[in-house]
Amino acid sequence: MAKITEVPSPFCGVGTDDLVVEVDGTTLTVKENGCAVNTPAFEQAISDLKPRINGEEVELEQAVAKAAELLANSYQPLIGGCASDVNGMRGVLAVADHCGAVVDNINFNAARRNYLTMQDSGWMNTTLAEIKNRCDLLVLVGVDLEAFSPRFFEQYIWCDDAMYLDNAAARQIVYLGKAPSGAASTSPDGAAAKVLACDDADLPELLAVLAALLKKQPLQVEAVAGIALPELQTLAEQLMNAKYGVISWAASALDFSQAELTVQSICNTVKEINDLGVRCSGFPLGGKKGDVTANQVSGWITGYPARVAFNRGYPEYDPFLYDGMAMLSNGEVDVLLWVEAFNSEAAPPSAGIPTIAVGRSGMQFEKEPDVFIPVGTPGIDHAGHAYRLDNVVALRLKKLRDSGLPSTAEVLNAIENLLQVKNAD
Amino acid sequence: MLIKLKGGKVFDPAAGVDGKTQDIYIQDGKIVKAPKQDAGVKIDKEYDLQGKVVMAGAIDMHTHIGGGKGNIARILLPEDHRADPVVRGQITRSGCGHVMPSTYVTGYRYAEMGYTAAFEPAVLPVNARQAHMEMGDTPILDKGGYVMLGSDDYLLRMMTANKDQQAINDYVAWTLQAAKGIGIKVVNAGGINAFKFNQRQLDLDEKNVYYDVSPRQVLQSLATAVNQLGIPHPLHVHGCNLGVPGNVETTLDTIQGIGGLPMHLTHIQFHSYGAEGDFKFSSGAAQIAEAINKNKNITADVGQILFGQTVTASGDSMHQHANHQFANPSKWVCMDIECDAGCGVVPFKYRDQNFVNALQWAIGLEIFLLVDDPWRVFLTTDHPNGAPFTSYPHLIRLLMDKSFRNDMLATIHPEAQKMTTLASIDREYSLQEIAIMTRAGAAKLVGLHDRGGLSSGNWADITVYTEHEDRQRMFEKPDYVFKDGQLVVKDGEVVKVTWGTTHIVKPDYDASVEKDLKKYFDRYLTMKLGNFKISDDEFTEDGRGSLTEHPLKGGAA
Repeated sequence: MAKITEVPSPFCGVGTDDLVVEVDGTTLTVKENGCAVNTPAFEQAISDLKPRINGEEVELEQAVAKAAELLANSYQPLIGGCASDVNGMRGVLAVADHCGAVVDNINFNAARRNYLTMQDSGWMNTTLAEIKNRCDLLVLVGVDLEAFSPRFFEQYIWCDDAMYLDNAAARQIVYLGKAPSGAASTSPDGAAAKVLACDDADLPELLAVLAALLKKQPLQVEAVAGIALPELQTLAEQLMNAKYGVISWAASALDFSQAELTVQSICNTVKEINDLGVRCSGFPLGGKKGDVTANQVSGWITGYPARVAFNRGYPEYDPFLYDGMAMLSNGEVDVLLWVEAFNSEAAPPSAGIPTIAVGRSGMQFEKEPDVFIPVGTPGIDHAGHAYRLDNVVALRLKKLRDSGLPSTAEVLNAIENLLQVKNAD
Repeated sequence: MLIKLKGGKVFDPAAGVDGKTQDIYIQDGKIVKAPKQDAGVKIDKEYDLQGKVVMAGAIDMHTHIGGGKGNIARILLPEDHRADPVVRGQITRSGCGHVMPSTYVTGYRYAEMGYTAAFEPAVLPVNARQAHMEMGDTPILDKGGYVMLGSDDYLLRMMTANKDQQAINDYVAWTLQAAKGIGIKVVNAGGINAFKFNQRQLDLDEKNVYYDVSPRQVLQSLATAVNQLGIPHPLHVHGCNLGVPGNVETTLDTIQGIGGLPMHLTHIQFHSYGAEGDFKFSSGAAQIAEAINKNKNITADVGQILFGQTVTASGDSMHQHANHQFANPSKWVCMDIECDAGCGVVPFKYRDQNFVNALQWAIGLEIFLLVDDPWRVFLTTDHPNGAPFTSYPHLIRLLMDKSFRNDMLATIHPEAQKMTTLASIDREYSLQEIAIMTRAGAAKLVGLHDRGGLSSGNWADITVYTEHEDRQRMFEKPDYVFKDGQLVVKDGEVVKVTWGTTHIVKPDYDASVEKDLKKYFDRYLTMKLGNFKISDDEFTEDGRGSLTEHPLKGGAA
């Protein structure tokens, strides 16, 4: 039995790297600093070790060969999921480049809200350590932060020391939209967060009014979405008086039509405040289970985030056209390669087309795929790299146990090698 | 395998060879001495290079090819990529080109221009993994990075606490080893940090509102550290007041203030502006060139701008934010990063009919032509900030061909023409001078002890050109490029994909430096010290990458 300290997690998005994990054979137990997201993700037992073809156990080579054959004979393959580490994503893009696949990350419809904003007008953002040491006002728009990240407040807000704050416990927290589900946002001194609750659908209007107030535009209304104007006026003043205000949102939690415009309102407000001579930063929450990793790696290898088609021999990006789920339901693809090394519950959709699942051991299928190759989980079964939510820090994931499971990259590289041979024939 | 390159006209300034016809022999990736006549050695492959120009592979000592801000620039500009799609080839990967190419395309296009090494100048320690991973996906080229310090809170806290130089040296050396770099870079010394405290500018002697430290002090303490640690590459300095009219005074003051210590001033064109004339914007090139000529401790790369669309990606969040209203297309990104640094990405279109842009163009060329010593001035566009690296052959023609230069000059904004002395400068760079700037000088400056030259013992990074009156044509399409002795480019196209090494230095530090650092990481940062340090296997585990350590100055390895 071994105890491994300073274990980084690819699951929670916030880059927790202080876990203490006990390893007994292939059984893992999170001994310290676990949370509702990380502990079950680390402790999940291995159930499959052998690949399967049509439900029958086979050797890895056979499964890889079958996968390569399906891809080689496809007119238009789709690589979905795309949830793995940096090397896994490199493998996804190498295979896609070879067989002209469409690549689509599982969380892209949420991430799209951010990318549409970023690619249209840009943003001004910050990272975790700046929040921990500087942020004196945290405004959460449409997100229940402690549900998203159970330890966020403990790790980054109510920490003992902040370099530039005399009293970290005096930070102000404001919720706009969704109210907090627990008391994590209450300061150690007992001060509860300010909650300006409204429906998600009212956020666009609320943000428009806030922007108008910051610009000192005259307003006729007395309340917006049930929130009295003076409350919003107070928030505007808080933002203008903060030394380092941060406005945070989670694209995945803004789940309504054209929510990208709400993200854009947030980002424009942040820029506006900076142009008014006050520092303020945006902070998008995301990065769980490989989505930032997928977008970063796709960014440097293709130039675009992870919704890219290679069918014309070069990468093409379209945040709507290459929506993998839409392509599946429209019958636009004829083979599905599903890559999901983190979450065994995120099984491939049953699409009625030949399906290859390169998935975390224990993946449960509605319909057994043509090929299933169980792979190790990055940061548990093999070393690797994963980005955390702020797009800057890539964690060096550790290998914690010897499970014998191959990595996503090993499987995809083996498939790519066979495709290369087939191409050469 | 013994390869003979026969009868080429060799320009090898490192060995003092200037256009002499001679043979070059390659064995096991390296250049070797000519085998003895009677030894009966078999030549496995011979290339007849009669009349061809032979140089070492070119080295770009300052180009943003790896790291977070570059990837932000990529993701920010899908419309730019769409105009330059790169199709998958038999041996090459697909991708995109133009202003901020995808990593694979970056490697191919550099190699296709005869470049065999490129150095990322702004590696944030906390983002160094990404920089190395991106460079790890950049084929053919050797690479390396300068690690950014100077706005990191740890250094500013040390300086405020009056820690001695030895303590600072230990921290610098530790960071360089943890982030796997070959040099130390400082960007707007302390200014990125000051911007987080809402300071919107920071002059050389202005103090950070929180720390009792000025940019001048940061530069002095880092330049001293680099010098005392024996790091061959001088402190790589992106000065204060980038792009601000009148900043020539700051730059001259920076040169004087370093007190004779080795210092490299990067993209100096952006720091050579006067504030004279009707538009309160003028050329400070003559003063800057004079100062460089006089102060032998100073080197500079130009950061030439060339007209057209590009994107500026810099660690200087303060000045990138100040310039965001010039974003074209109108979108931009700024970030504060991890109590470590920051960045700003602002797309930019330099126009020849815009007075400021036109004069920027002329100022860069004036600096190239007025600095006497080609060993101390380097050919860069600060890719992609002044222009994409693919415009180097055009830039070389501007330097080598006076009549071409003057033809171009005649087309720019008329008021800018009046404000530049360019038309009166007769100098034309020679092939040997180009070879100094882009090979021998660059290798010496970066501290590569066995690259950038063609004498035996050097790695066989070699580029062969057909001489052409039109220097742009000549330099954009070499006949052959050899990387570590392997033919990687033929007739301007990649014929073999290899993987270069990552160059590093490993200056010593006292291991006890980690005691305070660990406390600081645990208390204030968001990752553990042990997880921050990049390990060797992160480079080698994919079977492609490697690390090459270079000797320190004064023989200390």
